[in-house]
Amino acid sequence: MTGSTSLLARSWKQKQTKIGTAIILVVLFIAIAGPWLAPYSATEFVGPPFTGSTSAAPLGTDVLGHDVLSRTLRGGLFVVWSSIAAAIVAMLIGVTLGLLAGYRGGFTDGLTMRGFDIVLAFPQLILVLIFVSLIGPKAWLIVLLTGIALSPGVARVTRGLTQEVAQRDFVRAAELMGMSRRRILWSEILPNLSSALLVEFTTRMIWAIGVIASLAFLGLGPTSDVGNWGLMINENRVGLPIQPLGVIAPVVVMAGFAVGTGLIAEGISRSMARIEGARTS
Amino acid sequence: MTKVQTDPDPETALLASAGGEAGVLATSGGGGRYGVAKWVARRLALSVVVLFLVSIVVFVATQALPSDPAEAILGRDATPQRVAALTEQLNLDKPMLEQYTSWLGGVLTGDLGDSLAAQRPVADEIGSAFVNSIALLICCAIVLLPLAIGFGAWSAMRRDSFGDRGGLGAALLVGAIPDFVIGIVMTILLATNVFKVLPAVALFPDGSSPFSHPDALVLPTLTLVIASMPYLYRLSRASMIEILESDYVQMARLKGVSSKRIMVRHALPNALVPTIQASALVLSLLLSGVVVIEFLFRFPGLGSELAESVSNRDLPMIQTITLIYAAVIVLLNLIADLLTVMVSPRLRGELK
Amino acid sequence: MTVRDLRVELRSGEDVVDQIGFDVAPGEILGVVGESGSGKTTVGTALLGHTRSGAEITSGSVEIEGTDILRLDPRQLSGMRGRVVTYVPQDPASALNPALRIGSQLREVMRVHDAYSGERDARIEQILADVRLPSDRDFLRRYPHELSGGQQQRVAIAMAFMLQPTAIVLDEPTTGLDVTTQAHVLETVRRLCAEHQVAAIYITHDLAVVSALAQRVMVMYAGRIVEIGDREQVLFEPRHPYTQQLLRAIPSVKERTRLDLIPGAAPSPGHRPSGCSYRTRCPLAAEGCAEITPGLEGIGPAHAAACLRLEETKAGTYKAPTLPDLTEVESPAPLVSLESVEFAYGDNQVLDSVSLDVHQAECVAVVGESGSGKTTLSRILAGLLAPAAGQVRFDGEALPSTARSRSPELLKSIQYVFQNPYGSLNPRKSVGEILSLPVAQFGIGSRGQTRDIVAAALDEVGLSEDMIDNYPQELSGGERQRVAIARALVGQPKLLICDEVTSALDVSAQAGIVSLLRKLVDESGLAIIFVTHDLALVRSIADRCAVLEKGTMVETGASSLVIDHPSHRYTRELIADTPVVNR
Repeated sequence: MTGSTSLLARSWKQKQTKIGTAIILVVLFIAIAGPWLAPYSATEFVGPPFTGSTSAAPLGTDVLGHDVLSRTLRGGLFVVWSSIAAAIVAMLIGVTLGLLAGYRGGFTDGLTMRGFDIVLAFPQLILVLIFVSLIGPKAWLIVLLTGIALSPGVARVTRGLTQEVAQRDFVRAAELMGMSRRRILWSEILPNLSSALLVEFTTRMIWAIGVIASLAFLGLGPTSDVGNWGLMINENRVGLPIQPLGVIAPVVVMAGFAVGTGLIAEGISRSMARIEGARTS
Repeated sequence: MTKVQTDPDPETALLASAGGEAGVLATSGGGGRYGVAKWVARRLALSVVVLFLVSIVVFVATQALPSDPAEAILGRDATPQRVAALTEQLNLDKPMLEQYTSWLGGVLTGDLGDSLAAQRPVADEIGSAFVNSIALLICCAIVLLPLAIGFGAWSAMRRDSFGDRGGLGAALLVGAIPDFVIGIVMTILLATNVFKVLPAVALFPDGSSPFSHPDALVLPTLTLVIASMPYLYRLSRASMIEILESDYVQMARLKGVSSKRIMVRHALPNALVPTIQASALVLSLLLSGVVVIEFLFRFPGLGSELAESVSNRDLPMIQTITLIYAAVIVLLNLIADLLTVMVSPRLRGELK
Repeated sequence: MTVRDLRVELRSGEDVVDQIGFDVAPGEILGVVGESGSGKTTVGTALLGHTRSGAEITSGSVEIEGTDILRLDPRQLSGMRGRVVTYVPQDPASALNPALRIGSQLREVMRVHDAYSGERDARIEQILADVRLPSDRDFLRRYPHELSGGQQQRVAIAMAFMLQPTAIVLDEPTTGLDVTTQAHVLETVRRLCAEHQVAAIYITHDLAVVSALAQRVMVMYAGRIVEIGDREQVLFEPRHPYTQQLLRAIPSVKERTRLDLIPGAAPSPGHRPSGCSYRTRCPLAAEGCAEITPGLEGIGPAHAAACLRLEETKAGTYKAPTLPDLTEVESPAPLVSLESVEFAYGDNQVLDSVSLDVHQAECVAVVGESGSGKTTLSRILAGLLAPAAGQVRFDGEALPSTARSRSPELLKSIQYVFQNPYGSLNPRKSVGEILSLPVAQFGIGSRGQTRDIVAAALDEVGLSEDMIDNYPQELSGGERQRVAIARALVGQPKLLICDEVTSALDVSAQAGIVSLLRKLVDESGLAIIFVTHDLALVRSIADRCAVLEKGTMVETGASSLVIDHPSHRYTRELIADTPVVNR
């Protein structure tokens, strides 16, 4: 029972993990295979705007008369990949700086944490907004900035855990063997954080979905003809009273993506609490 | 000594990310031996420094990094004359440092520049929006804080009961869903499709008090409260569980203290610090949601102004509104830290 | 107080303790002794009708003044707790509410039980005087964190005696306190129990404390009573093999004895063997022990033990064979010498001009209470702290002050064993991986030899090679500490620094570690610096000892000489305050 591999195996026993994974797989399938399955292109007119369900367009049409089903199938990729990528960026920045700050302490620690104070002074969404506002909604920029906006939380958790682990005596023992700082961080401390960081990753992904979907909803996602789930919700909400499907379809997949991730996060953290609990008693 | 194995709650991991008492003194740069007044002074100075650095970030993001802000604002097909005029108006032809100092000088003296879209001073443009947003934030705080904290404590006291599990499950599901999706669902439920009892958009005349249009406030407040509730509920539940499992609460039970008195006299004073910190954290996260939710319900607040300014690339507006948001967060954290030191005898002791 | 058939179960149905029954008379102190996992704390809180969450009392009765505590409704129970039966916690630092002033916590006991109305301040003054604490306004306005550990424990004791209870449960109240503070607390408990004719249950892992305090003794193992009787009977005519072995494992400050460890570790609830729980560690285990669960059987009028082989245990002895005292080693040049070493944290002088020599094949004990600077001294030698002044020489050469500035050869020669084996082994690494680290780091042997070196190190500390793939959390405390020692031995060091290496272990495991370390000194010529707060251990393990008081070395010399003929006031106090098992 060591490391995160067995944690994954254990968390699989939690029903939350199983349900979450099933939901995520469906959403991923829609986002990735969707474009091939879509009956129409994203810009084809299949009827008058805001037509309800018909045999040709089972989910009806949107504000411009495009097929809602096709746009739902084609518009998922951006939100899905960029949320995952942003969470990875947040982990890379947060874990690296959190480890260094937690282990080296002193000046490094002070500097890093003050740096994060600045990031934390912006509401997450607004940090991304100000950069995107004049530079333009480039996908890489959105991913990078969302990652930066989410990294202080990761760093804070990593730093706290690192401090806790670093004051344990096996780290002293490694220091007394003359082991290099990098090796101590990498092979003595990091393995002790792996389970907690796995939970952290899934949690940050939920946040990332929130930020990126909100940006898309505000119309600040990367511009393309295909559109995306967030933008669809924004465009079609004026037709809510007559054609709610244009909003409901993207809302369902997006909520599914977020809730699925949330369930997996919960499953992992529950099984982690169990392992760690058994260990300390 | 027998340690009975119980299932520890994954919720307690949440507390780690929320920070707490321990971190408060550290924010002032190491806990030394100095008095409360000195600590407050340092804490204030730190806030000012953070705001100063924030202004640099805002400037860099909007003016320094974009290769040609004037062109970005006006679009590719703008005439050279208009680009030149705008460059002149915003001092974009000056060296970076001079651009920054003149901008910051303006901000500090109250000269926020003119809105490019409305062609009138930024201060006039956002004055009522600021009031409206603050009103919305206060409404949210008044509903959210007691509800989430109370429900969290209730849940902790009935740990593993049906109600507790139900609350946790709901928090898990709702907590994952983006704010605006909740807003859309509320719109479908209460405004457009199922029950048509509330307006889907919260429009009211500029300059009139938001409190005189309560129906306009209901949907945005409700949405933000539902969206922020899960996190604060889980945080306060986790810290209450930690307190109820603590040795001093067990000890109070063994002294014959009644459950009610344990909650009021023993648990509550110790729950204050984590609750204050968690509330500040959740309110500052809520500000992100405010932008989207105001936009969604067309609520005439700072968030709507910001969303509109971003699509208009209204540089002075973007800069000012962002700074206001940062200032609110810095102020929130400052208040939270001051309150924390006030209510924690241990921290006060360390500062003496 | 009369207890019958008490049983506490986990939610899963496994019993934590079972078949607990005893009587305590007014004015009598019953010592409850057990190692970790014996269920003694569970019994303690169950006497107040309380369990930790996840467990519940499923049967039995606890009668105090004719009332069965376990049959009361919650309101009545609250009315009894704190008034008729009270509790003194193990760790007052966490059991006193950090947000409430001392005065209001004391007053609360009277308030919730509606006692002493109108004269509460007088009662507080009186009870604080009883526990030798001040009762001025300033003291009462303090918060718990503003008191020392000893003061916190006195406040907890004052609270327990406040309403003149019939019975009181003291749960290891001196764990974590220095011996001198412990002696004061024990004296207070003894005096108050006698004065107020309270029936007291004193829970501890320390037989010596029981010997100093209790009239009757109850020994627990794996959730059962294995032996109960008058102090003299249990301590000097023990009949259960566990009691006998436990007594043989305790070091004495009076004489040097052979310390025998009890092999294996106490089983946790749900993992207890069938029949007699002790049979897996018992030298007398025979057929029948696995099938029949022995009940308590009367031996004398007030003496009973739970063992199927009571006939055979008559011949058993509780007294460990005495060994000749260790004497000073004659050696030409010291391996390590400290000259006027100083260290300070801010204004706090932790070490004040300390000089000490250690020779090859010699074990020197550094003795002191918390704040004496003993750990600082060992950390300076290890290179974890740099001295403010003075010089340290190793093998005749000046020793660079920090580990980072020492050569690999030096790092290899000076090894450190940490106090807590639960923290000094990386939980994510197997025993094999842990022991391979120094092999790789110091470049010992060729590539293919790692496994052999690791196996040899395990063998040297008395562990089986099979353990190589186990993780630390699968080992007992004693086994973990052996792994930590093996890790230190891999590089074949000249000096081993042992920092309170047995204080986190049960007595039965401590005995094994002490014998192992002594063997290393005698057989491999290793020099050991043995840092400890326990003078009894010093006699068992060390040739010489140095006594530290607040950073100053007050006395040094051959262990037996220092202990038998202490010349310094502080050493005499320490020896007087160290409890021993004696008549």
